[in-house]
Amino acid sequence: MLPFIQKMVVDRNKWLEEEEMVNCIAIAQSLPGVLAINTATYVGNRKAGFPGALAATLGVILPSFIIIILLVMLLGTIGPNPYVDGAFVGIKAAASGLILYSAIRLGSLVVKGWFPWVLTIGSFVAVAAFNVSAIWAIALGAFLGILYALFRKRREAKK
Amino acid sequence: MTYLTMFYLFFRIGLVGFGGGLAMLPLIFQGVQEFGFMSRQEFSDLVALSQITPGPVAVNAATYVGFHYAGVPGAVVATLGIALPSFIIMLVVARLVTRYQHTLGVKGIFAGIRPVTAGLIAAAAIMLAETALFNHPVFSRNFLEDPVAAINVIPAAIFGVSFLLISKLKISPTFIILGMGVIGAFICG
Repeated sequence: MLPFIQKMVVDRNKWLEEEEMVNCIAIAQSLPGVLAINTATYVGNRKAGFPGALAATLGVILPSFIIIILLVMLLGTIGPNPYVDGAFVGIKAAASGLILYSAIRLGSLVVKGWFPWVLTIGSFVAVAAFNVSAIWAIALGAFLGILYALFRKRREAKK
Repeated sequence: MTYLTMFYLFFRIGLVGFGGGLAMLPLIFQGVQEFGFMSRQEFSDLVALSQITPGPVAVNAATYVGFHYAGVPGAVVATLGIALPSFIIMLVVARLVTRYQHTLGVKGIFAGIRPVTAGLIAAAAIMLAETALFNHPVFSRNFLEDPVAAINVIPAAIFGVSFLLISKLKISPTFIILGMGVIGAFICG
Protein backbone atom coordinates (compact mmCIF):
# COMPACT_ATOMS: atom_id res chain seq x y z
CA MET A 1 0.00 0.00 0.00
CA LEU A 2 2.85 2.42 0.84
CA PRO A 3 4.47 2.44 -2.62
CA PHE A 4 1.05 3.30 -4.04
CA ILE A 5 0.53 6.17 -1.57
CA GLN A 6 4.03 7.42 -2.30
CA LYS A 7 3.39 7.43 -6.04
CA MET A 8 0.08 9.30 -5.73
CA VAL A 9 1.40 11.90 -3.27
CA VAL A 10 4.81 12.61 -4.80
CA ASP A 11 4.60 11.86 -8.53
CA ARG A 12 0.96 12.33 -9.47
CA ASN A 13 -0.23 15.17 -7.26
CA LYS A 14 3.07 16.74 -6.14
CA TRP A 15 1.73 17.34 -2.62
CA LEU A 16 5.08 16.58 -0.97
CA GLU A 17 8.71 16.43 -2.09
CA GLU A 18 10.20 12.94 -2.32
CA GLU A 19 12.43 13.57 0.69
CA GLU A 20 9.64 14.73 2.97
CA MET A 21 7.53 11.73 1.92
CA VAL A 22 10.32 9.34 2.92
CA ASN A 23 10.58 11.19 6.22
CA CYS A 24 6.80 11.00 6.70
CA ILE A 25 6.77 7.24 6.14
CA ALA A 26 9.63 6.80 8.62
CA ILE A 27 7.67 8.70 11.30
CA ALA A 28 4.42 6.88 10.45
CA GLN A 29 6.17 3.52 10.79
CA SER A 30 7.85 4.27 14.09
CA LEU A 31 4.66 5.52 15.79
CA PRO A 32 1.75 3.30 16.82
CA GLY A 33 -1.50 3.18 14.86
CA VAL A 34 -2.70 2.14 11.43
CA LEU A 35 0.12 2.86 9.01
CA ALA A 36 -2.08 4.02 6.13
CA ILE A 37 -4.04 6.37 8.43
CA ASN A 38 -0.84 7.74 9.97
CA THR A 39 0.48 8.54 6.49
CA ALA A 40 -2.83 10.00 5.28
CA THR A 41 -3.16 12.24 8.36
CA TYR A 42 0.39 13.53 7.94
CA VAL A 43 0.03 14.30 4.24
CA GLY A 44 -3.44 15.84 4.64
CA ASN A 45 -2.34 18.03 7.55
CA ARG A 46 0.83 19.14 5.78
CA LYS A 47 -1.03 20.12 2.63
CA ALA A 48 -4.31 21.54 3.96
CA GLY A 49 -4.24 21.66 7.77
CA PHE A 50 -6.83 19.99 9.99
CA PRO A 51 -9.59 19.72 7.33
CA GLY A 52 -7.04 18.13 4.99
CA ALA A 53 -6.04 15.59 7.64
CA LEU A 54 -9.70 14.77 8.24
CA ALA A 55 -10.47 14.36 4.53
CA ALA A 56 -7.42 12.18 3.86
CA THR A 57 -8.15 9.95 6.85
CA LEU A 58 -11.79 9.45 5.89
CA GLY A 59 -10.63 8.71 2.35
CA VAL A 60 -8.32 5.92 3.47
CA ILE A 61 -10.91 4.36 5.85
CA LEU A 62 -14.10 4.42 3.78
CA PRO A 63 -13.24 1.84 1.07
CA SER A 64 -12.34 -0.79 3.70
CA PHE A 65 -15.42 0.08 5.70
CA ILE A 66 -17.79 -0.33 2.75
CA ILE A 67 -16.11 -3.41 1.25
CA ILE A 68 -16.10 -5.33 4.55
CA ILE A 69 -19.77 -4.58 5.28
CA LEU A 70 -20.79 -5.62 1.75
CA LEU A 71 -18.73 -8.83 1.97
CA VAL A 72 -20.18 -9.81 5.35
CA MET A 73 -23.69 -9.22 3.99
CA LEU A 74 -22.89 -11.23 0.85
CA LEU A 75 -21.50 -14.16 2.86
CA GLY A 76 -24.59 -13.99 5.08
CA THR A 77 -26.83 -14.29 2.01
CA ILE A 78 -24.89 -17.27 0.65
CA GLY A 79 -25.16 -19.04 4.00
CA PRO A 80 -23.19 -22.17 4.94
CA ASN A 81 -21.54 -23.56 1.83
CA PRO A 82 -18.81 -26.23 1.62
CA TYR A 83 -16.95 -24.45 -1.20
CA VAL A 84 -16.84 -21.15 0.69
CA ASP A 85 -15.66 -22.97 3.82
CA GLY A 86 -13.00 -24.78 1.79
CA ALA A 87 -11.80 -21.52 0.27
CA PHE A 88 -11.50 -20.04 3.77
CA VAL A 89 -9.43 -23.03 4.91
CA GLY A 90 -7.11 -22.60 1.91
CA ILE A 91 -6.78 -18.84 2.40
CA LYS A 92 -6.07 -19.18 6.13
CA ALA A 93 -3.44 -21.84 5.60
CA ALA A 94 -1.75 -19.78 2.87
CA ALA A 95 -1.98 -16.57 4.94
CA SER A 96 -0.32 -18.29 7.93
CA GLY A 97 2.61 -19.21 5.70
CA LEU A 98 2.89 -15.69 4.30
CA ILE A 99 2.69 -14.08 7.75
CA LEU A 100 5.35 -16.45 9.08
CA TYR A 101 7.55 -15.38 6.18
CA SER A 102 6.98 -11.69 7.06
CA ALA A 103 8.03 -12.38 10.65
CA ILE A 104 11.22 -14.13 9.51
CA ARG A 105 12.05 -11.35 7.04
CA LEU A 106 11.50 -8.60 9.62
CA GLY A 107 13.43 -10.64 12.17
CA SER A 108 16.42 -10.99 9.87
CA LEU A 109 16.44 -7.19 9.45
CA VAL A 110 16.09 -6.07 13.07
CA VAL A 111 17.36 -8.99 15.14
CA LYS A 112 21.09 -8.39 15.45
CA GLY A 113 22.88 -9.20 18.69
CA TRP A 114 21.62 -10.97 21.82
CA PHE A 115 19.32 -8.21 23.09
CA PRO A 116 16.84 -8.16 20.16
CA TRP A 117 16.96 -11.97 20.02
CA VAL A 118 15.80 -12.20 23.62
CA LEU A 119 12.98 -9.72 22.95
CA THR A 120 11.78 -11.42 19.75
CA ILE A 121 11.81 -14.97 21.13
CA GLY A 122 10.54 -13.80 24.52
CA SER A 123 7.57 -11.90 23.12
CA PHE A 124 6.71 -14.73 20.71
CA VAL A 125 6.70 -17.41 23.43
CA ALA A 126 4.89 -15.19 25.96
CA VAL A 127 2.09 -14.24 23.56
CA ALA A 128 1.73 -17.43 21.48
CA ALA A 129 2.28 -20.04 24.21
CA PHE A 130 1.19 -18.34 27.43
CA ASN A 131 -1.36 -15.89 26.00
CA VAL A 132 0.34 -12.98 27.76
CA SER A 133 -1.28 -9.73 26.62
CA ALA A 134 0.55 -8.29 23.60
CA ILE A 135 0.17 -4.88 25.26
CA TRP A 136 2.47 -6.02 28.08
CA ALA A 137 4.98 -7.42 25.59
CA ILE A 138 5.15 -4.05 23.82
CA ALA A 139 5.38 -2.05 27.08
CA LEU A 140 8.09 -4.32 28.45
CA GLY A 141 10.00 -4.10 25.15
CA ALA A 142 9.95 -0.28 25.36
CA PHE A 143 11.07 -0.34 29.00
CA LEU A 144 13.89 -2.84 28.41
CA GLY A 145 14.92 -0.83 25.34
CA ILE A 146 15.50 2.25 27.51
CA LEU A 147 17.39 0.23 30.16
CA TYR A 148 19.59 -1.37 27.49
CA ALA A 149 20.34 2.03 25.91
CA LEU A 150 21.36 3.41 29.34
CA PHE A 151 23.44 0.31 30.08
CA ARG A 152 25.32 0.62 26.79
CA LYS A 153 25.95 4.30 27.26
CA ARG A 154 27.39 3.64 30.71
CA ARG A 155 29.64 0.88 29.46
CA GLU A 156 30.92 3.08 26.65
CA ALA A 157 31.56 5.93 29.10
CA LYS A 158 33.72 3.60 31.22
CA LYS A 159 35.92 2.67 28.27
CA MET B 1 -22.38 0.07 27.00
CA THR B 2 -21.47 -2.30 24.18
CA TYR B 3 -20.56 0.65 21.98
CA LEU B 4 -18.34 2.11 24.67
CA THR B 5 -16.52 -1.19 25.25
CA MET B 6 -16.06 -1.66 21.53
CA PHE B 7 -14.70 1.87 21.13
CA TYR B 8 -12.33 1.36 24.08
CA LEU B 9 -11.08 -1.96 22.72
CA PHE B 10 -10.17 -0.59 19.30
CA PHE B 11 -8.91 2.76 20.61
CA ARG B 12 -6.52 0.83 22.86
CA ILE B 13 -5.32 -1.29 19.93
CA GLY B 14 -4.68 1.83 17.84
CA LEU B 15 -2.79 3.43 20.71
CA VAL B 16 -0.32 0.61 21.39
CA GLY B 17 -0.27 -1.03 17.95
CA PHE B 18 3.32 -0.54 16.83
CA GLY B 19 4.79 -2.09 13.71
CA GLY B 20 1.87 -2.22 11.26
CA GLY B 21 -1.17 -4.42 10.69
CA LEU B 22 0.38 -7.86 11.09
CA ALA B 23 1.97 -6.99 14.43
CA MET B 24 -1.45 -5.65 15.50
CA LEU B 25 -3.17 -9.00 14.86
CA PRO B 26 -2.31 -10.56 18.26
CA LEU B 27 -3.68 -7.42 19.96
CA ILE B 28 -6.94 -7.78 18.04
CA PHE B 29 -7.09 -11.58 18.53
CA GLN B 30 -6.68 -11.18 22.29
CA GLY B 31 -8.93 -8.12 22.50
CA VAL B 32 -11.99 -9.58 20.80
CA GLN B 33 -11.67 -12.67 23.02
CA GLU B 34 -11.12 -10.71 26.23
CA PHE B 35 -14.32 -8.73 25.69
CA GLY B 36 -16.20 -11.74 24.36
CA PHE B 37 -16.98 -10.19 20.98
CA MET B 38 -15.82 -13.17 18.99
CA SER B 39 -14.04 -16.50 19.21
CA ARG B 40 -10.58 -17.04 17.78
CA GLN B 41 -12.11 -19.21 15.05
CA GLU B 42 -14.58 -16.52 13.95
CA PHE B 43 -11.90 -13.87 14.03
CA SER B 44 -9.61 -15.96 11.85
CA ASP B 45 -12.30 -15.77 9.12
CA LEU B 46 -11.87 -12.00 9.22
CA VAL B 47 -8.12 -12.30 8.86
CA ALA B 48 -8.75 -14.48 5.80
CA LEU B 49 -11.18 -11.90 4.38
CA SER B 50 -8.62 -9.15 5.02
CA GLN B 51 -6.12 -11.01 2.89
CA ILE B 52 -8.35 -10.88 -0.17
CA THR B 53 -9.61 -7.31 0.26
CA PRO B 54 -7.58 -4.11 -0.07
CA GLY B 55 -7.20 -1.75 2.86
CA PRO B 56 -5.54 -1.82 6.28
CA VAL B 57 -6.19 -5.06 8.17
CA ALA B 58 -6.86 -3.20 11.45
CA VAL B 59 -9.61 -1.10 9.84
CA ASN B 60 -11.08 -4.23 8.24
CA ALA B 61 -11.06 -5.93 11.64
CA ALA B 62 -12.72 -3.02 13.43
CA THR B 63 -15.45 -2.72 10.78
CA TYR B 64 -16.02 -6.49 10.80
CA VAL B 65 -16.25 -6.87 14.57
CA GLY B 66 -18.40 -3.76 14.94
CA PHE B 67 -20.79 -4.76 12.16
CA HIS B 68 -20.97 -8.39 13.25
CA TYR B 69 -21.86 -7.38 16.78
CA ALA B 70 -23.93 -4.21 16.45
CA GLY B 71 -24.71 -3.46 12.79
CA VAL B 72 -23.68 -0.28 10.96
CA PRO B 73 -23.58 1.91 14.14
CA GLY B 74 -21.25 -0.65 15.72
CA ALA B 75 -19.04 -0.63 12.64
CA VAL B 76 -18.83 3.19 12.78
CA VAL B 77 -17.95 3.22 16.50
CA ALA B 78 -15.29 0.49 16.23
CA THR B 79 -13.71 2.03 13.11
CA LEU B 80 -13.58 5.47 14.75
CA GLY B 81 -11.94 3.79 17.74
CA ILE B 82 -9.12 2.32 15.67
CA ALA B 83 -8.61 5.46 13.55
CA LEU B 84 -8.64 8.14 16.26
CA PRO B 85 -5.29 7.29 17.93
CA SER B 86 -3.50 7.43 14.55
CA PHE B 87 -5.12 10.74 13.80
CA ILE B 88 -4.28 12.34 17.15
CA ILE B 89 -0.79 10.88 17.31
CA MET B 90 0.16 12.12 13.86
CA LEU B 91 -1.19 15.62 14.54
CA VAL B 92 0.29 16.02 18.02
CA VAL B 93 2.95 13.47 18.90
CA ALA B 94 4.70 13.32 15.53
CA ARG B 95 6.11 16.82 16.07
CA LEU B 96 7.52 15.85 19.48
CA VAL B 97 9.04 12.64 18.14
CA THR B 98 10.76 14.51 15.33
CA ARG B 99 12.27 16.86 17.90
CA TYR B 100 13.41 14.15 20.33
CA GLN B 101 14.14 11.28 17.94
CA HIS B 102 17.88 11.40 18.60
CA THR B 103 17.61 11.29 22.39
CA LEU B 104 18.65 8.17 24.23
CA GLY B 105 15.14 7.50 25.58
CA VAL B 106 13.29 7.62 22.25
CA LYS B 107 15.98 5.61 20.48
CA GLY B 108 15.89 3.03 23.29
CA ILE B 109 12.10 2.70 23.09
CA PHE B 110 12.18 2.04 19.35
CA ALA B 111 15.13 -0.35 19.68
CA GLY B 112 13.12 -2.33 22.23
CA ILE B 113 9.79 -2.33 20.40
CA ARG B 114 11.06 -3.33 16.93
CA PRO B 115 12.21 -6.85 17.89
CA VAL B 116 8.98 -7.33 19.88
CA THR B 117 6.93 -6.62 16.74
CA ALA B 118 8.83 -9.39 14.91
CA GLY B 119 7.84 -11.77 17.73
CA LEU B 120 4.22 -10.56 17.58
CA ILE B 121 4.00 -11.18 13.82
CA ALA B 122 5.26 -14.73 14.38
CA ALA B 123 2.62 -15.12 17.12
CA ALA B 124 -0.03 -13.90 14.65
CA ALA B 125 1.06 -16.62 12.21
CA ILE B 126 0.64 -19.27 14.93
CA MET B 127 -2.74 -17.91 16.09
CA LEU B 128 -4.05 -18.07 12.52
CA ALA B 129 -2.44 -21.46 11.80
CA GLU B 130 -4.07 -22.93 14.92
CA THR B 131 -7.53 -22.39 13.48
CA ALA B 132 -6.71 -23.77 10.03
CA LEU B 133 -3.93 -26.32 10.34
CA PHE B 134 -4.39 -28.03 13.68
CA ASN B 135 -7.12 -29.71 15.70
CA HIS B 136 -5.73 -28.40 18.97
CA PRO B 137 -3.93 -25.20 20.02
CA VAL B 138 -0.21 -25.58 19.27
CA PHE B 139 0.90 -25.01 22.85
CA SER B 140 -1.50 -27.48 24.47
CA ARG B 141 -0.97 -30.91 25.99
CA ASN B 142 -3.11 -32.65 23.38
CA PHE B 143 -0.99 -31.20 20.63
CA LEU B 144 2.42 -31.73 22.20
CA GLU B 145 1.66 -35.37 23.09
CA ASP B 146 0.77 -36.35 19.55
CA PRO B 147 1.54 -33.54 17.10
CA VAL B 148 1.17 -35.67 13.99
CA ALA B 149 -2.41 -36.69 14.77
CA ALA B 150 -3.38 -33.05 15.44
CA ILE B 151 -2.32 -31.80 12.00
CA ASN B 152 -4.83 -31.41 9.18
CA VAL B 153 -2.85 -32.70 6.21
CA ILE B 154 -4.24 -30.64 3.30
CA PRO B 155 -4.11 -27.21 5.02
CA ALA B 156 -0.63 -28.06 6.34
CA ALA B 157 0.50 -28.82 2.78
CA ILE B 158 -1.02 -25.54 1.54
CA PHE B 159 0.80 -23.74 4.38
CA GLY B 160 4.15 -25.29 3.42
CA VAL B 161 3.74 -24.71 -0.30
CA SER B 162 2.70 -21.06 0.26
CA PHE B 163 5.75 -20.48 2.43
CA LEU B 164 8.05 -21.91 -0.26
CA LEU B 165 6.31 -19.97 -3.04
CA ILE B 166 6.91 -16.65 -1.31
CA SER B 167 10.33 -17.31 0.21
CA LYS B 168 12.01 -19.12 -2.68
CA LEU B 169 10.09 -18.08 -5.80
CA LYS B 170 9.00 -14.58 -4.61
CA ILE B 171 5.53 -15.05 -6.07
CA SER B 172 3.07 -12.22 -5.34
CA PRO B 173 1.19 -12.73 -2.04
CA THR B 174 -2.17 -11.82 -3.63
CA PHE B 175 -1.68 -14.50 -6.27
CA ILE B 176 -0.73 -17.14 -3.68
CA ILE B 177 -3.73 -16.29 -1.48
CA LEU B 178 -6.24 -16.38 -4.35
CA GLY B 179 -4.74 -19.58 -5.79
CA MET B 180 -4.83 -21.37 -2.46
CA GLY B 181 -8.41 -20.17 -1.91
CA VAL B 182 -9.47 -21.82 -5.18
CA ILE B 183 -7.52 -25.01 -4.35
CA GLY B 184 -9.07 -25.07 -0.87
CA ALA B 185 -12.57 -24.67 -2.32
CA PHE B 186 -12.15 -27.69 -4.57
CA ILE B 187 -10.21 -30.03 -2.28
CA CYS B 188 -11.82 -29.23 1.05
CA GLY B 189 -15.24 -28.24 -0.32
